[in-house]
Amino acid sequence: MSEAERAEGRHKAFIGRFLGHVPHLAALGIRYRAHGPDWAELEMPYAPHLVAYPETGVIASGAIFSLMDTASGLAVVMRMAEFQPHATLDLRCDYLRPAEPGRTVIGRAECLKMTRRVAFVRGIAHDGDPGHPVAHVAGTFMLTAAA
Amino acid sequence: MLPALPPYAATLGLVANPDGSLTMPFQPSLIGAPGRLHGGALAGLLELAALRAVLAALEPGATAKPINVTVDYLREGRMEDTHARASITRLGRRVANVRAEAWQDSPERLVVAARLNILLDRPAPAAR
Repeated sequence: MSEAERAEGRHKAFIGRFLGHVPHLAALGIRYRAHGPDWAELEMPYAPHLVAYPETGVIASGAIFSLMDTASGLAVVMRMAEFQPHATLDLRCDYLRPAEPGRTVIGRAECLKMTRRVAFVRGIAHDGDPGHPVAHVAGTFMLTAAA
Repeated sequence: MLPALPPYAATLGLVANPDGSLTMPFQPSLIGAPGRLHGGALAGLLELAALRAVLAALEPGATAKPINVTVDYLREGRMEDTHARASITRLGRRVANVRAEAWQDSPERLVVAARLNILLDRPAPAAR
């Protein structure tokens, strides 16, 4: 088995643990979609309990933030050679437009750079067309075990 | 009068306090990493506290929607009740600049803090 295959096996095992047993992700309906060596993609199907504006059916920006925070953390893990504990330091989210009611929101984040102690992430959320995003995020994570 | 909290706020289990602050009582569905609150739930709490503070300051009929939010994670969110308050740095005609913060055991020990720009749609001032 090559090192790349071993890394892929570790990633798959981690994703299963990470996404399968997080109560808040289950509460929002957030689930796995795809990943690569430094990125992760999750999805959040439309659901009435995510709505912030009952008169239009538009979902809460806070739910999109949760989706992007999770995708960002997973992108950081994908970039790691070995799993390390990490914590969000900050995350900024620009809400470019409302997500279309009824549509699944897809969140994709990539880890641009990882130093010994800090990881840098960016990502977008869209509801079908990545060229027409709903939100844009930029954030940093601390690798909390580093001296 | 403030509008009722939306379905997403009910998903977080938020309770509106008489002083304008919000409380997110601990419940297992808020957990992210083992033993900790999910960062997204904390961000959702801050956004709703900020929007509520802005709506309380606006005339009836006005609407407010977040343009962006920057959340600083200061301490781990423990499996306890979390309280949030917001203060308006500037209330303009088109935009409100707002700070929101949340704590658990003591307001001196913040768990998360956020800065938000909120887009306003305010009725035109009455003609004289």
